[in-house]
Parts: sequence; C-alpha cells; structure tokens
Amino acid sequence: MSLSNENAQAYWSENLRIITTYLTIWFVVSYGCGVLFVDALDQIQFFGFPLGFWFAQQGSIFTFVGLIWAYVFSMNKLDEKYDVHE
Amino acid sequence: MTLDALTFLFVGGSFVLYIGIAIWARAGSTKEFYVAGGGVPPIANGMATAADWMSAASFISLAGIVSFVGRDASAYLMGWTGGYVLLAMLLAPYLRKFGKFTVPDFIGDRYYSNTARTIAVVCTIIISFTYVAGQMRGVGIVFSRYLHVDINTGVIIGMAIVFFYAVLGGMKGITYTQVAQYCVLILAFMVPAIFLSLQVTGHILPQTALGATLDGGQSVLATLDQLSVELGFAQYTAGSKTTIDLFFMTFALMAGTAGLPHVIVRFFTVPRVKDARASAGWALIFIAILYTSVPGVAGFGRVNLIQTVNGTEETAASGVANTGVKYTEIPEWFARWENTGLIKWEDKNNDGVVFYSKTDENELTVNRDIMVLANPEIAQLPNWVIALVAAGAVAAALSTAAGLLLVISTSISHDLMKKTLKPDLTEKEELLYARGAAVVAILVAGYFGVNPPGFVAQVVALAFGLAASSVFPAILMGIFSKRMNTAGAVAGMVAGIAVTMAYIVYFKFLGGTSDQWIMGISPEGFGTVGMILNFIVAKVVSSMTAEPPAEIQQIVEDIRIPRGAGEASSH
Repeated sequence: MSLSNENAQAYWSENLRIITTYLTIWFVVSYGCGVLFVDALDQIQFFGFPLGFWFAQQGSIFTFVGLIWAYVFSMNKLDEKYDVHE
Repeated sequence: MTLDALTFLFVGGSFVLYIGIAIWARAGSTKEFYVAGGGVPPIANGMATAADWMSAASFISLAGIVSFVGRDASAYLMGWTGGYVLLAMLLAPYLRKFGKFTVPDFIGDRYYSNTARTIAVVCTIIISFTYVAGQMRGVGIVFSRYLHVDINTGVIIGMAIVFFYAVLGGMKGITYTQVAQYCVLILAFMVPAIFLSLQVTGHILPQTALGATLDGGQSVLATLDQLSVELGFAQYTAGSKTTIDLFFMTFALMAGTAGLPHVIVRFFTVPRVKDARASAGWALIFIAILYTSVPGVAGFGRVNLIQTVNGTEETAASGVANTGVKYTEIPEWFARWENTGLIKWEDKNNDGVVFYSKTDENELTVNRDIMVLANPEIAQLPNWVIALVAAGAVAAALSTAAGLLLVISTSISHDLMKKTLKPDLTEKEELLYARGAAVVAILVAGYFGVNPPGFVAQVVALAFGLAASSVFPAILMGIFSKRMNTAGAVAGMVAGIAVTMAYIVYFKFLGGTSDQWIMGISPEGFGTVGMILNFIVAKVVSSMTAEPPAEIQQIVEDIRIPRGAGEASSH
C-alpha cells in the first residue's frame, strides 16, 4: 500500500488543522479562562465556585482529558480516510 | 491489629507484589529492557505513565501547596496536566513512529549529530538525577514516619526494592510494577479524600464537594475565603502572583512536563502510533482522577485545620468562632503530628489557647505535607486507611524513582556507550552495561537520598526549566520543521539551556531577589523564556546554514505518517 506524495501532504495539513483547532481550545480554556481573564470570570458563580477559579483548578483539567480523546478519535478517522492506519 | 502491624502488612504486602511482578517480567533483550518489548497495551501504559508521573510530590505535597497557596497553585494543577495535551498532539505519536528507544536517540538521529545527542544525554541525566534525589528522600521520610525506622534505613530499603525490579526487569519489570503501583496509590489517595468530602459536605466526589454548601449556608470556598481574610491570610480564591508570572510559570510546567525524558520514553513501549495517542488519553484520565480531587482535599483540609485550631462558636475558648481553642481540648491527631514536628505550637501569650493566623499573634507552624498525611486521622478514619496511605506514598515515590533510574541507565548504556563511544557493542554487552548503569544510578540516587543536597526544594524549577528550554523545543522542531538542521538545533538548545540555567542559578542559589526578576517572571516561569529563545535562535541559525540532507528530510516525512516506514511515500 503506497501513499502518494500529494496524499501525504494532504494528510499532514489536515493533521495540522486538527492540532491547531484543539490547541486553540487548550489555550483559551487554560491560559484564557484560568490565567488571563480569571478575575473577570470570578464574578460569576458556578455551582459554588467562582468560575475563573473553577477553570483554573478543575475545568481546565477536565477539558484537557476531553481534548486528548477528541484528538484520538479525529486522528483515527483521519488515518482511515488516508489509509495510513496500521 | 495495631496501626504499626497494619502498616507493615500493607507496605510489606505491596513489596511482595512488586517483586513478584519483577520476577514474572524479567527482561531478556535490550528491547525488553529499554521499551518493554514494545508490546504494552495502551490502558496499561496509561496507568504506568500515571504512576511514573505522579511522584511523592504529587501524592504528598501537591494538596498541601494548593491548601496553603490557594488560587496561585493552579499553575501546578494546570501545568502538570496540560503538558499531556502537548505530549499527545505534538510529540508522542511521531516519536513512537520514529521507533527508537530514547529521547537522545531521536535528537541524535534527527539532527545527524553526536553533539546534539550528547547535549540531550546530559540534559536527560541532569533532569533525572535532580528529580530522583527527592524521590529517594521521600521514600525514606515515609518509612521513618510510618514504620519508625531511621530515614537512612528507609532510603536503603527503598533502594533495595527498586534495585530488584529495575535491574532485573528493566522497562518490562518497571511497567507492570507501575501498573500495580498506580492502583495502590490512587486507592490510597481517593479513600480518605472521599471520606473527608462526605464528612465535610455530604458529597461523595471531592470534585463537586468543594462547591457544596456547608451548614451555615455558605459554600466551602466562601467559608474558606472568609476565615482566611479574618485571620490575615490572602483570600483563598484570589491570586497574589502577577498574571504574567502565572502565565509563564504554567507554560514552563506544561512544556517541561511534555519534555521530561522519563515520561516521553513511556510512549515508546506501545505497539502502534494510535496506541501512543490513546495511552496519553488514558494517562491523563488516571492522573486527572487524583489531580481534580486535590483542590477538594486542599480546601477541606484547610477548613478543618482552621476550625480545629481556632474553633467554632461551640469549641473556641472564648465562645467566639475563630479565636482559638484550649490546647487541652484539641483533638488527638494534633498532638500526634506535633510529635513528628510537622505541627509546632508555641504558646506565646501563655494562655493555653492555640491560635493560628497570619498576624503576630500566630502560635502555629504547619508543614504543608500534613494536608495529605494527617487526612485520615483528621477525618477519624480506621487504622487500615492510614496504613493504606503509607503504602500509597511509598508506591508514588518508588514508581517515579524506578522510571527515572531506567532513563538514566538507558542514556548511559545506549546513548553514550552504544551510540557514541563503542558502536561495536553486542546486544548482550549492551544489556550488561544497562544493568550496570542501573546499579550505579541507584547507588548515586541512594547517596543523594541519605545526604540530600540542600536544594531539593529548588529542583522543580531546575528540572522543568531544563526540559522546557532544551528537550521540548528540540523534539518539536525535529518533527514539525523539515528545514531544521544540526547547527540550528544545537545553537537553540545551548542558548535555551544557558539562559534558563543562568536565571535559575542566580535567583535560587546566588541570592537574587524578586524585585530583580525580568518582567516580573519568577525562576519557575523562566523556562518559557528559554524555550522561546531556543525557537528563535534555532530558526535564525538554521536559515543561515545548509538544509538537512535528503535522507533526514525523508525521516521527517516518514514519522509524520503512522503506517510502517518504507511504505509511506514515493519520492
């Protein structure tokens, strides 16, 4: 099974797009909600937590787990699409 | 059964388990010794990675840090978990496809240079040794506290156990003992955490309990804020670090986590690229179970401590809440931990009333580690839970120590001997070197455990700063930039390491003060600056020098495609 050069390029750029999307979410949730805008979000109450504090200490970690699994499923699908899975 | 007997039973039983696994999983080849034969299922690898990663610091100290620092400690919570996102998406799958044994393997081959390889070896060894010294000490402290032996004896017992399964089993032995150690440590952390949150709030999950409403109608966090402010402490849910420092520190911890050689090497042990991605997912789930419970444990522990010592309306000596409790009426656990020196009470005004605050009237010195260690007693849990916590703390320290020792021995036998100094080494000789290097590494680690260098507390900044400013960017550029060449990578690593080390050494060892911090960035956060500098220098230098040879560019093409090399492309 051989992969043409064009297909390899297309696979790689789709891969980069997936990574960029997920890392944007990663950045917004941790550095955005947990660091940069934490004080503003703290004005909102969320199940007994100030929202910014919740993102900084719990929400971001839940999001990280979700992101890795979303990435795992996206990549498995992409590997099948380009027939590069093992 | 007495507490001592139970503790012996639990800790001893866990040792028998680890040694049994080591005998079952002996390594017969270098491939088994270095990467467990490359056949570890992703779930098992996830557990092993979690145990590898969560050290005595995560198990014992993290909740204490969060408890006493409040919101600013979120840099650790986010940093030490968010790094796995970087690892899963930017490094692990490609390194697995590359299919060698170590981090210096990748850096040396990708940059076709033994200079680059040697820099990577040196970084790996420094990072791992600074880290392992603290672990061996941790084992000794846990032993001395729970089994009443001398700290040094504890270190030696720990060395003997690690010696047995790391030298005999290599990565294969370590992997399967780490799976067992994860189970022990997570049980040991969660049982008291769940009991504590049930007791304080009636919620089962420590994750939601922190937001729960207490009897007074206030949430736990609001109560904590109120108590803290009354006593002169900073508000618990507000930060005192500057935003820029918190940002850089979180980033340095994330990039550092992703660049730690003993974590990266775990992803070489799975059969396929997709397994490397999935094991990062499993690893983070297993880590998140503990990490998301930490804020709860920290919060309840702090409320409990303040209310026990300063009293509620019912227990305070004066009948006014938060003003101090008579020493004679304080619960038993207080006196027990006083004996270990983790809590110290000095009756400054001789009124027989204990008072804890941030003001001059404070009479209490509290060691942060008490938040986890004393938890079962504060919650009045049965003795078997206390014994379980002891076994969990030992498991956390041993699993990390073993992972680090293996990385050190591999760097020496494989990267230094086989790849650099003596390329004609046979498989059998290399395995002998690996075992010999493991023995030496354990002895050196044990020496540091018995004679701890004064800077153990400072090494977090050092290890993470080094990983963030050297290993992480070098690997990242090796995968994502085909144009990156030897000169660029080497110059980048040297610049990153030099700047980061100079900053950390100046502020941690040579007495630099915080008003001299550049842009207000603490030494813990400076790894991020080193990393950025590494990227810039590497980019500039590589653009001025020749592009890498065609076969290297071919390697980069290959590692980007999951399916086996040689089938990948047609040039």
